[in-house]
Amino acid sequence: MTQVPSIAEEQVSIPLSSPKIVTIRIAKFNPTKDDERKFMEFNIPYQRWTTVLEVILEVKKHFDHSVAVRYSCRQATCGSCGMIINGKPRLACFTKISELESDVVTVEPMNNFPIIRDLAVRFERLFDSHHKIKPYLIREDSEISSNEKEFLQTPEEVEKYIQFSNCIKCGLCNSACPTMATDSSFVGPQALAQAYRYVADSRDKGKDSRLKIIDESHGIWRCHFAGSCSQVCPKGVDPAMGIQFLRGYLLGFRS
Amino acid sequence: MKPQDENKEGIRGMINPRRYGIERVAYLLMRLSGLGLLAYFIGHIYETSSILKGEIGWNEFLELTQTNEGHALLAIVIAMCVFHTVNGIRVMFGHGGVGVGKPARPDYPYDPASQNMKHKMGIYSAIVLAAIATMYGLAVMYGE
Amino acid sequence: MVNKMRESIIMKIHYGTALGAVALVAVHILMRLTQSFTESLEYANVIANYQSLPYAGMLEIILILLSIHGFNGLRVILLELKQGRMYEKAVSYGCVAAMIGLIAYGSRTIIMVNMGVV
Repeated sequence: MTQVPSIAEEQVSIPLSSPKIVTIRIAKFNPTKDDERKFMEFNIPYQRWTTVLEVILEVKKHFDHSVAVRYSCRQATCGSCGMIINGKPRLACFTKISELESDVVTVEPMNNFPIIRDLAVRFERLFDSHHKIKPYLIREDSEISSNEKEFLQTPEEVEKYIQFSNCIKCGLCNSACPTMATDSSFVGPQALAQAYRYVADSRDKGKDSRLKIIDESHGIWRCHFAGSCSQVCPKGVDPAMGIQFLRGYLLGFRS
Repeated sequence: MKPQDENKEGIRGMINPRRYGIERVAYLLMRLSGLGLLAYFIGHIYETSSILKGEIGWNEFLELTQTNEGHALLAIVIAMCVFHTVNGIRVMFGHGGVGVGKPARPDYPYDPASQNMKHKMGIYSAIVLAAIATMYGLAVMYGE
Repeated sequence: MVNKMRESIIMKIHYGTALGAVALVAVHILMRLTQSFTESLEYANVIANYQSLPYAGMLEIILILLSIHGFNGLRVILLELKQGRMYEKAVSYGCVAAMIGLIAYGSRTIIMVNMGVV
């Protein structure tokens, strides 16, 4: 058995007051060359505040520069670093090693997204579904041409949809969804939650056209309220709530 | 895109109940109980058609079903039926947006309002009622 | 016909048949409990149930409601497992055919016993 590589103490970027060591297992897979996924293991010291992303970047810096990972803001705003961490979809920058309560951390690419390489996945399907539900205000007039300067909203009207506008398109919900696990045509919780975001916006007049788009055999009706999307959402969007409210329109619970 | 390129979790992902709480378990049990009840329903329609063979044909079929295995199967059917019904009513309310909370500005730790105690209690009630109904059914079947 | 029906209509039927079936199956089960379990399964008692027109009518309605609900549920599960135009058409029409077949088979029993053909 090969020895798991570790960093010499003087080389680490993470300040070490009382270092603990985590073994990180990173999924390595290049679809153009490899037949199956392999895991590479590395021992990395960490502190109470060290995130999974920081550990992965330590691996890139000291051991394997070729690890493909997407990241940007490092503060759960951009949605780039979504991956499966110890079996559950999470943002790497928002997940601390200490909160995983495990000496071994396994990181894999998000499920239900085609893999580019290692931890980086393709987002075309998510963007296409999102585009399909018309993620923009639909109305005939505009803030430029109307008599009023802006379309006004009361704080209560804003409260109805502001939660759903927090979506950062990280894709964790689509990765967790049990329907997405088998159904390639399902629109997905992200798109459905965004459809509700616009339907609930008092400035929008496109409710009927959006409801028509999602009222199909692989649309909103393939959601079964398993709630996994809301369990994994890092921004509190709670897509399951939005989807059920949206379904309420189709069932006549809301008008 | 070829199916394996899509990196879908597949059926293993659909049936894995471990990672996401009781709601995901309820989703899986709902599917399993639904399929089980459909299978039982088809069998029940076939079983009851033996009445057309007269008293002898009916009694022959009863000899097949009024056994320990038949009673055990019926007990499982009772459990599936009660769970599927009670959880189904909970899901129907959920699907209409009832009991899923109210939208509000999210704040750390971003706990989802839709995964609330009302629906969790609905799921646990379905499981408890299924257990009680099963025990009652067993008492009726074996109590004579 | 199946493919032209909007999914929202199909799902409203799914929910409606569920609620109807809950009420009527509860009556069906409670009827079993009016006598002892073994007595309720005796040939003469079962025939008497079938020959009561309201009860036979209720059984027919349960048969229709549960066939629709059950096979639509199966259709939903199968559609989620695999996609493709031909497969989806085959699943939809197959489930409708199975639904009709089961209703026909069960109705045959109910009607024949109710008419005293046995």
